[in-house]
Amino acid sequence: MLVTSPAFKENASHALADAALQKALARARTHFQRRRADAAAGLPEFEDLRARAREIKDHTLAHLDFYLERYAENVERAGGFVHWCRTAEDARAAILEICERAGARTVTKGKSMLTEEIGLNEHLERHGITPVETDLGEYILQLRDEPPSHIIAPAYHLNLDDWEKSFREHHTGLPPERAFHERRDILTEARKVLRERFLAADVGITGANFLIAETGSSVIVTNEGNGDLTQTLPHVHIALASIEKVVPTLEDAFCLLRLLARSATGQDFSVYTTFSTGPRRPGDLDGPEEYHVVLLDNGRSAMLGGEFQPMLRCIRCAACMNHCPVYGAVGGHAYGWVYPGPMGAVLTPSLVGVDQAGHLPNASTFCGRCEAVCPMQIPLPQMMRHWREREFERHLTPATVRTGLGLWAYVARRPTLYRWATRAAAATLGWLGRKRGRFASLPFAGGWTGGRDLPAPEGETFFARYAKTQRQGKA
Amino acid sequence: MSRDIILAGIRRHLRRGPLPPDQAAMLSARLAEHPRHIIPKRVQLSRPELVSLFVRNLEKEFGSVARLAELAAVPQAVAEYLAAQNLPNELVIAPHPDLRQIPWASHPLLKLREGRAEPSDLVSLSSAFAGIAETGTLMFPSAPERPTTLNLLVEAAIVLLRTSRLVGPYEDAWDLLRAEGTRYNSSGFMPRNVMLITGPSRSADIEQTLELGAHGPRRLHVLLLEDDPTAKG
Ligand code: SF4
Repeated sequence: MLVTSPAFKENASHALADAALQKALARARTHFQRRRADAAAGLPEFEDLRARAREIKDHTLAHLDFYLERYAENVERAGGFVHWCRTAEDARAAILEICERAGARTVTKGKSMLTEEIGLNEHLERHGITPVETDLGEYILQLRDEPPSHIIAPAYHLNLDDWEKSFREHHTGLPPERAFHERRDILTEARKVLRERFLAADVGITGANFLIAETGSSVIVTNEGNGDLTQTLPHVHIALASIEKVVPTLEDAFCLLRLLARSATGQDFSVYTTFSTGPRRPGDLDGPEEYHVVLLDNGRSAMLGGEFQPMLRCIRCAACMNHCPVYGAVGGHAYGWVYPGPMGAVLTPSLVGVDQAGHLPNASTFCGRCEAVCPMQIPLPQMMRHWREREFERHLTPATVRTGLGLWAYVARRPTLYRWATRAAAATLGWLGRKRGRFASLPFAGGWTGGRDLPAPEGETFFARYAKTQRQGKA
Repeated sequence: MSRDIILAGIRRHLRRGPLPPDQAAMLSARLAEHPRHIIPKRVQLSRPELVSLFVRNLEKEFGSVARLAELAAVPQAVAEYLAAQNLPNELVIAPHPDLRQIPWASHPLLKLREGRAEPSDLVSLSSAFAGIAETGTLMFPSAPERPTTLNLLVEAAIVLLRTSRLVGPYEDAWDLLRAEGTRYNSSGFMPRNVMLITGPSRSADIEQTLELGAHGPRRLHVLLLEDDPTAKG
């Protein structure tokens, strides 16, 4: 996925002036916070579980080599295949090869941030294979050619009228005079349209919330059931997982699972928690005939043993972004890559390089709420501080040119995101023009602003807006 | 090989070589013992209380429950449910020995088919392996007698659960599977797929507002067969 993190400041000012986005953010913010607080309060053992969960993950990470080997042996014993991949490129190639061998024309996909991280959809499309996102939020984003703005609620930034508009535009086979009275009508239409895609798919690709070393299982957690249809109906199931997803046993997984849904959506437990272990067994009437795990490193192993290792405890619950005043003010797209909010501010520089994402750790008020709600007790503010220090050191040498080239290379390899980025850029410029302000200088655009001014927004600054939200929050 | 390079990279960053045999043996022992962690107190209940907790949690998650005294009451309960929900008198049934014992002859209007679910099926009847009171969750290990598609493709999923198969925490359900699961498998107790299901399918992707009936069943109805005398309230 395209990295626009270097433009965090510009992205953020744009977000603050976007009325529809601000409406969506205001709605979602309090909702998630209240739900999580109720769920945590409903389980007296919640704090003890957090401490134990942290121990479990620390233990696993300290012996990651052992548990990964054990995990892989058990996948193979159950008749599955494990593809060890060091880089995003290796993982894309491994998945493409499995799809091509299966003669796949369409693949269905469960929600997976990791497939966003490796730019899988673009890669499959380039090779004539159609990926179909089946999580409702991911599906509409695919129609709209936009990246997700939240790790568990990808369409966090959209309002009901956006849904209706996109469905009318894309579901052209349906009567144009049909009415969308309520959210339910949207859901019913999506269910109908996607059912056809589930049945037609040759390969199903899911992510994994956990891998279990003891049994060789991959685990997905969903509410819609799309992940289960994705991994059950096609001939081939591919689970894409990064190496830090492994835990030793089922009991270990359940300590984390007791925290996951409560921290994420405020449910006690998600609707579907499903364990997949190898392909269809003799006598089974359904299920895939082939089961593959694409096990990806992509920079994680290099985080071990250093100051950012605790980030590998993350279970992607999104509590940190749901409670972050900065995320709540600007939304996920401003962060410019797959992972937004506090966890993204720490993870993105680790995975794509501090030269591209060095701004993100500054997107913090150091209020400490992220750490207070993180079920894995990850010291997010402290790690953002580490990055700030590194970023400061780096700025002692000029790197603007290197950043620009690296970014261009990244963009050029990902056409969908390139289209999205250029569209976003055009929209920004149009909006800038309407305001008729001037910029005397812009980061990365000194070549332009050296000799003339650039149109500039007259909207609120980020800090003005933040101060206002804080005041309203207290009122 | 990528595998060896990744493992070597992990060890390099952890600043050590492969684990010495005694440490590896300790970790293997931990895997074999799979120790339990913190079990919430809320499930430390008498059996009748566990049944009530299960029902309460399932209803909180938008599932519904009918309590039955005997297997022979299933056809009537199914017919009533279908009528109340305005669903057709047609269902696909899991080829499970428990369900094969049901005396359907009393309800000749019910059209039954045994097997996996097809896209045209609207209603399924399956048999849960266990029920977990902690969150009102049903456990379905896949097996020839428990096809996965029955949990997924239909509009309404009806599930038979015996109170004798009701446990408190998730860990107790896994212990049942650890003990009985090897009958499905030569390679261990884990079948291809284990679904833990808590209520009907839903989505909150549209404006973070909950709507039932996303891609899976819109309705989940549990027929709770009270076969455990100690669980009666
Ligand atoms: S950093 Fe913590 S709160 Fe944020 S997504 Fe990860 S586990 Fe959840």
